[in-house]
Amino acid sequence: MTGAPRYLTIFVGVYLVFLYAPVLLLPLFAFNDSAVIAFPLKGFTFRWFEGLAGESTLLVALKNSLIVGISASVLSTCFGVLAARAAARYDFLGKKPIMSFLMLPLVLPEIIVGVSLLIVLVQLGIELNVWTVILGHVLICMPFSIAILLSAFNNMDKFLEEASLDLGATRRETFFRVILPLVMPGLISSLLIGFTLSLDEFIIAFFLTGTEPTLPVYIWSQLRFPSKLPGVMALGFIMLVLSLILLTLGEYYRKKSAALVGSGSSEIRNG
Amino acid sequence: MVELNTVKKSFGDVLAVNGVDAVIREGEFFSLLGPSGCGKTTLLRLIAGFEHPDEGSIVIAGRDMDQVEPNHRPTNMVFQSYAIFPHLNVEENVAYGLKKQNLSREDQRVRVNEMLRLVDLEGYNTRPAHALSGGQRQRVALARALIMKPKVLLLDEPLSALDKKLREQMQVELRNLQRTVGITFILVTHDQEEALTMSDRIAVMFNGKIAQLATPQVLYKRPLDKRIASFIGIMNFMEGTLKSVTEKGIEIDAGPLGTMTISPDQMPIPLQPGDVSIGIRPEMLTILFSSSDKAEIEITGTVTDTAYYGDMTYYEIAVEGLEREVSVSMRNTAGRRVLDIGETTRLGLGRESLLLLS
Repeated sequence: MTGAPRYLTIFVGVYLVFLYAPVLLLPLFAFNDSAVIAFPLKGFTFRWFEGLAGESTLLVALKNSLIVGISASVLSTCFGVLAARAAARYDFLGKKPIMSFLMLPLVLPEIIVGVSLLIVLVQLGIELNVWTVILGHVLICMPFSIAILLSAFNNMDKFLEEASLDLGATRRETFFRVILPLVMPGLISSLLIGFTLSLDEFIIAFFLTGTEPTLPVYIWSQLRFPSKLPGVMALGFIMLVLSLILLTLGEYYRKKSAALVGSGSSEIRNG
Repeated sequence: MVELNTVKKSFGDVLAVNGVDAVIREGEFFSLLGPSGCGKTTLLRLIAGFEHPDEGSIVIAGRDMDQVEPNHRPTNMVFQSYAIFPHLNVEENVAYGLKKQNLSREDQRVRVNEMLRLVDLEGYNTRPAHALSGGQRQRVALARALIMKPKVLLLDEPLSALDKKLREQMQVELRNLQRTVGITFILVTHDQEEALTMSDRIAVMFNGKIAQLATPQVLYKRPLDKRIASFIGIMNFMEGTLKSVTEKGIEIDAGPLGTMTISPDQMPIPLQPGDVSIGIRPEMLTILFSSSDKAEIEITGTVTDTAYYGDMTYYEIAVEGLEREVSVSMRNTAGRRVLDIGETTRLGLGRESLLLLS
């Protein structure tokens, strides 16, 4: 193994420890048989996880998070399909500014987005509930959906659509028999990543949640009670694992999408 | 079978097809030949219905195609990229267009297998699209189009992605396939050799217009202008003078070749007496190796360059009195030697090999 100088290797090691060591504390205390979050560790226990099942407010928050996550990811994927398809296939006036505008939430501070949305909603006299959270989450999920779906649509050979039309299929049939199957992995990836983003998002949810908290908002509210801390650790651990699984799946489908549409005709081998 | 009536199509400021008139006959292997950007692919896409003409009309099998979408036209296309559906296997690709016809599973299978046999892909039914080679993709694209029993098969540079050997093999196979199925083929190509070997008739296109529509032989022997003559094969040009046109023939002064009378059909477009260009194909010039070899017209020149191709040798020869060197191709028959650069040799030709162009 040649290559990187020694100090770079050390830098990477320190960087990774700094980034992920705190996360490792989560499982450590989630399974620790003590109500106090401190070393030394006591025994191994599942009781914090068992305790979670009895928290009725937690279950309500979980339900809210699922509603918000599923709705936001489905909506942002639907809008993402429309935007990505339009951007990949057609040239229209103001295409570049419109696309940049749609990607803007990626770089806007969430607290600004949250406060602005809150002001607008309050001014309009709209009551805060899960739907206002969904609204905010669609906004921040959209750039991810568009980025994933745009590459799926862009990589697709446009002659595939023409070939389908040429073989007698209508535009509608072409969409369902050619376009949809080819962008399906991208679609799934967009849904999974959107859901994960929404599930973990705190700031916007905190501003727009009203009386129906999502999981992160619930966790934040529990932090005030020291006795609940181990339970929060357990819940955090579950969310961490879930997010990792979803993101890995999402990434798997994103790569599959690129491979599938890429294998159509761009690389032609002789033989 | 296909009638093109003053078809025009422009994209923005670019006039891609500028008034094309042609009639393509039933059962014909027809080629659209031209350099890239000449409008040949646009013309094909107009026939397929992917583009709509700004002016003029396209009639296929007696029916005006105005307002007829590609999925309702009696044409099918083989795309340059083949456009094989990557999520389907060979059989699903070939059967794609049959879905609409509500065939039984068994009937569909029979027709797919029949097609795969025709294109020499028997037993490849379940092979996924990504596991196919370039040549196999091309065969799948052919089978997928032919299974629709089109009246006209459109081929957009179908061989350009293949290597030379495979391309030559596919040229023969395509030609045979066309004879077997008897369907009208319209081929777009920029490869003049491909067009010559495969077509019944060729339309040579430049700048959105058909410059000449003729059989391969006429196109090669009697090109209408210098541009066509240089695009189809190689042509040597020299300056000459047209002296008079009489009933006996055309009297010309061909510079170092001397004055002579040639036949009227050696002037494809009537010209006025005055300066003209005289064209000679490289294979019409013969190197007279032995002093006993004789020819109707003889000139002397010096070899300036040679290219040995195995079966043929190509020479560049400087001839006294001619501005440009002439290209000469000689078949390497038994016992015939290859001249060295700098050697002086006699060249012979017959006057019937001359062509008069403006």
